[in-house]
Amino acid sequence: MASDLFCTDLVRRFGDHTAVDRVSLDVPAGTFFSILGPSGCGKTTLLRLLAGFDRPDSGEIQIRGARMNDVPPNKRPVNMVFQHLALFPTMSVGDNIGYGLRRKKVPAAERTRKIARVLEQVGLPGLEDRNPQQLSGGQRQRVALARCLVLEPTLLLLDEPLGALDLKLREQMKVELKHLQKAFGTTFVYITHDQSEAMVMSDQVAVMRQGRFDQVAAPETLYRDPATPFVAGFVGDNNRLSGDVISVDGDLARLRLQSGEEVTGRIAGEGIAAGRRADLFIRPESLVMNGAVPDGYSRMQATVTTTLFDGANSRIEAGVADQTIFARLPQDGSVSNLSPDSAIQLGWDPQRATVFAGERV
Amino acid sequence: MRSSASKLSLCLLMTPFVLWIVLLVLLPHLQMLRVSFHVRESWDTVTLGLEQYQNFFSESYYWRTFVRTGVMSLFTTFLTLVIAFPIAWYIARLARGRAKGFLFLACLIPFWASELVRTYGWMILLRESGLFSTWLQALGLADGPVEMLYNDAAVIIGLVYNGLLFMVVPLVTTLDGMDKNLVEAGYDLGGNHWTVLREIIVPWAMPGVVSGCIVVFMLTLGSYLTPILMGGKDSAWFTEQIFTQFITRFNWEQGAALGVLLLVLSSVIVWLGLRVTGQNLRKVMG
Repeated sequence: MASDLFCTDLVRRFGDHTAVDRVSLDVPAGTFFSILGPSGCGKTTLLRLLAGFDRPDSGEIQIRGARMNDVPPNKRPVNMVFQHLALFPTMSVGDNIGYGLRRKKVPAAERTRKIARVLEQVGLPGLEDRNPQQLSGGQRQRVALARCLVLEPTLLLLDEPLGALDLKLREQMKVELKHLQKAFGTTFVYITHDQSEAMVMSDQVAVMRQGRFDQVAAPETLYRDPATPFVAGFVGDNNRLSGDVISVDGDLARLRLQSGEEVTGRIAGEGIAAGRRADLFIRPESLVMNGAVPDGYSRMQATVTTTLFDGANSRIEAGVADQTIFARLPQDGSVSNLSPDSAIQLGWDPQRATVFAGERV
Repeated sequence: MRSSASKLSLCLLMTPFVLWIVLLVLLPHLQMLRVSFHVRESWDTVTLGLEQYQNFFSESYYWRTFVRTGVMSLFTTFLTLVIAFPIAWYIARLARGRAKGFLFLACLIPFWASELVRTYGWMILLRESGLFSTWLQALGLADGPVEMLYNDAAVIIGLVYNGLLFMVVPLVTTLDGMDKNLVEAGYDLGGNHWTVLREIIVPWAMPGVVSGCIVVFMLTLGSYLTPILMGGKDSAWFTEQIFTQFITRFNWEQGAALGVLLLVLSSVIVWLGLRVTGQNLRKVMG
């Protein structure tokens, strides 16, 4: 598949601080690509490099095979939805959308037709004459999208546009954005610090930390097969147990925790050898409890601290030595009567747990 | 009890304002309006009539100066806007931290001296034996002393300089509140410098532009010292004529009529300006 965006070794420094550090990426045409990272990881800087508001110190940006490094933002086939949308307050909705078309010298009659059509596509037919301030948060969001999509850009950049919405609307817009991306077929590059947004919408997610990509993969791969301990901890809920490696057997490693418990998990990173410190990550939903633990599973004794009821998402909080571990309660009600301070046996399929070399102490 | 207390405090707060408006603004102007319709028949008999206004229209020197003052004030206002906009843009958008405060202060500093001193400052620079003339001769660009004072250009330089601060302040205030993403969005959607300025920045800054223009226009129209000191024999200013009527000729009736006309002129132009730009006074001054 042809790639719409292809970057090699992008670097952007601010003084001593390297905001974007040798980032390479390849986004196939018509896909939804997310860059996920905590605040300050350099994702906004990267997006501004792509939009053309900032220039890389080194590296190359190609859009559909054409080098973009020296092309100013108004000449790039790229449009951006800003974090706070940046709708022009002095113009009506129709004029906001028509602004880009006027710059392209689209004749007035065709402009009116295009504006009406794109408003219909984003679900706001007939709102041309409204003032942006009169619209609700979700409607403004759609106008900002329409303003870009009407220009049929090769690439649409989105800078956490859902951040300002309330939770319920955000959930709704997440699904809608994904549908709109499919309907328009435009390549989306979306940056966010919210892992749920990235997971739900994207075809590919790049997890960014300190200016670099830790892993670029499909959401499910990130979740099941994280490449680094940062990804394991940042994407989805995860439990982390620290201990010393006591033996390595094929792709499995055995760890001794501080409490003396011995646990097993699949080796996912470099540098695992007997005697080294390591971290084992196990997801709350991969843990089984008490009688349900089959043979061949890694087992561990823990003490229940409290039960956190949240419908389908109910969990128990348990303590193992001084570490806290969360386990998802099975939905069939097979585990009940877990009073605080009662002992519980937790088990998991060693293939479901990932082991990474721990940070040097 | 409560409401009467709040009523009392409202009255106390309003009293100085009402006194100021009535005693210093309303009464003198009404008095001036009345005097302007007086026709003096002999030293102690006065009748009402339009003679002063007829004088204004029949005496070409009056209305020529009147039109000239209006046109030059408009031009000065426009020039001040053109010069102040980049300055305000720089202070509001580009300067940071201490530089911002310093630049703002730099605009303010000339106003610590009186208008008279500021005007003399310009005269020192522009007169025949002044700095610019000396430099031009030293550089070999002029053969003899050059007189740059006593013409319309000198008057406009002085007036623009006097008005600059009053244009920069409202512009900085409006531009400061502008989201920088709006400008970026303007470029991102395909605009060039000119279209972003025309379609996004200027419409946003319009309240500041209009309020700055109103203040500078009124100051310029009503200024007295600068045109007198820097203008030549031919660059008469309308305020000068009012002064002459009141003080030199002791013709209060004529002076009052000219004063009323100047007030009408400034009100009409401000009203027209608001209509043309689609702003209203509350928004602009709010």
